[in-house]
Amino acid sequence: MNFLIYLINGIGLGSVYAIIALGYTMVYGIAKMLNFAHGDVIMIGCYTVFLTMTRYGMNPYISVALSVVVCTLLGITIEKIAYKPLRRATSLAVLITAIGVSYFLQNAALLLFGANTKSFSNVVNVPGITLADGALKISGTTIVTVVVCIVIMLILTWFIKNTKAGQAMLAVSEDKDAAQLMGVNVNGTISLTFAIGSGLAAIAGVLFCSAYPTLTPYTGSMPGIKAFTAAVFGGIGSIPGAFIGGILLGIIEILGRAYISSQLSDAIVFAVLIVVLLVKPTGILGKKIHEKV
Amino acid sequence: MKRFNKVVSAAVASAMVLAMAACGGNASDGSQAASSAANNNAAASSEATGNTGADQTVGTFVIGGIGPLTGGAAIYGNAAMNGAQIAVDEINAAGGINGAQIKFLKEDDEHDPQKSVNAYNSLKDQGMQILMGTVTSTPCVAVADKTAADGMFQLTPSASSVDAVYNDNVFQVCFTDPNQGTKSAEYISEKKLASKIGIIYDSSDVYSSGIKDTFVKEATVKGLEIVAEEAFTEATKTDFSTQLQKCQSAGAELVFMPFYYTEASLVLTQANNMGYAPIFFGVDGMDGILSAENFDTKLAEGLYMLTPFAADATDAATVKFVDTYQKNYGETPIQFAADGYDAIYIIKAAIEEAGVTPDQSVKEIGDALKSAITSITYNGITGAGKSMTWEASGEVSKAPMAIIIKDGAYASVE
Repeated sequence: MNFLIYLINGIGLGSVYAIIALGYTMVYGIAKMLNFAHGDVIMIGCYTVFLTMTRYGMNPYISVALSVVVCTLLGITIEKIAYKPLRRATSLAVLITAIGVSYFLQNAALLLFGANTKSFSNVVNVPGITLADGALKISGTTIVTVVVCIVIMLILTWFIKNTKAGQAMLAVSEDKDAAQLMGVNVNGTISLTFAIGSGLAAIAGVLFCSAYPTLTPYTGSMPGIKAFTAAVFGGIGSIPGAFIGGILLGIIEILGRAYISSQLSDAIVFAVLIVVLLVKPTGILGKKIHEKV
Repeated sequence: MKRFNKVVSAAVASAMVLAMAACGGNASDGSQAASSAANNNAAASSEATGNTGADQTVGTFVIGGIGPLTGGAAIYGNAAMNGAQIAVDEINAAGGINGAQIKFLKEDDEHDPQKSVNAYNSLKDQGMQILMGTVTSTPCVAVADKTAADGMFQLTPSASSVDAVYNDNVFQVCFTDPNQGTKSAEYISEKKLASKIGIIYDSSDVYSSGIKDTFVKEATVKGLEIVAEEAFTEATKTDFSTQLQKCQSAGAELVFMPFYYTEASLVLTQANNMGYAPIFFGVDGMDGILSAENFDTKLAEGLYMLTPFAADATDAATVKFVDTYQKNYGETPIQFAADGYDAIYIIKAAIEEAGVTPDQSVKEIGDALKSAITSITYNGITGAGKSMTWEASGEVSKAPMAIIIKDGAYASVE
């Protein structure tokens, strides 16, 4: 029975990692850059919901929608100011810039919202499921997170396969220069990717903070790194891979903590990651791309 | 032109080296700037007073405060500095220490050892003679070595690690970590709160694991049964469901939580979600949980914590402090505020005992104060019975009191 409880808790934690990893993997898959500021965009999304709900008493749905708008605009702005001028620079320069943006957002939040811990109210109003005479409880937040995660995954996959903008993203991810020669607006496509990724961050943030309701300017950084790990685990660039990687990461973390050692849970997670990468260097669902010479 | 550039840069470089050497010299012999500034001050004032006697203005004591004013631990640093500021204002309004006014300067360290040392150097440049800080343990250990080298008297309001007072010039206002662990176990066993105990602690934090170790030791002596001992780390402090599940499965009637309130509020929320309601018992880091914005105080109902300060105490000194704090800062003071307030008054008591004056050097003041503090008994607003004494080791001796959260407010229990 305890095993099932741990498993459910693992899925709960994993679903949060998965939804954050979706944004990571999408931006990486198309723009080929690691957006380390993703976790901090999540944090800004959480603050938006928190402030609009508790200070101005807005309806949760409206404030979530508003937070998606704020994060999308933020994502576009970050892309325009920090990443676009570096389009031709080495990927290392872009990576360092992303880390800089991450620190900037954390400190800006510190200045704007203060350092004191805020307690987030759960915006998910779905009752949980109780099984086996109350011994097993699946919280409403977990159910909603998993469902939202799957829905986003399906929409993204459909969007990339079946729309013109999606096809353009695929083309840009394969070869930027060739795509440009074929008349694809590369800059516009990358901006769109960031906009969608940041919008997803807002939704991920709301679900994350509903599951784990403390909010500080540093809220996004650790889950951001975990979600990045999940994305690598599942095969970075692959949208279903992010989902599977996130869920697996959560389950391994919780089971490792429960049955091996609560101190070593992270060590176990990363040991598993190393083994997976040794066997399959591109991650579970990652595709090996042959570079044409 | 190229050669000229080289000459200029060589000149600039050597100037910088000289400047640095000068800084280094200053640092090693203990803030000459400070003592000379104070000297000037004293000289000026004695000129001003002429022959009418030295009982008018006798200079200014410059006390520095270091703590996290921003960052994750900001609530503690701000509280301690606000408390200290109230004490400074009161003392200055009442005529100062032996006639000398206090100038209180504060710097932010963001709970980071490196920034704390920078803050210390910056305060020293501004003429600091006595350090009230740092607020948190890890930076305090780093700064304590600097003050020891300079011979500066250092009184930390709230750094509870034993390592923080390792040097003989550093003293504490709050309990040490081992003390908190021992007292918590004693309290639980005396009041028979529970016999089966689960512990959740932060194994990546010296404060948390230090308290846990002594708690376990004392609990074993008292015959309490530790049924679960679960850790979390800096990187895994969001999900506590497993730790709680293991405590519940092991039948823990009381969960001991020696860590800060940010994580504690998550633990309480998750325990509530899974329908687990043991007695929760925290230590001084739990203080502040009710002031987290939007926190559902119902979750903390019945939470015990062992701290040296209760804002609802009815003695005149506490009431006056709490009223002033609420008036100035619009919130109920937490333990750290009271620690900061007491720290300034303890410095005052030690200065009066030692009879030092602001025109003495940092080292002279430091030497005099560190022997004076061991011979005073100070009655403040923290500690049950309110009386504190100090060992030469720097540790304070005072009694903790238990607080329970009742109807969304801190209330003291007998």
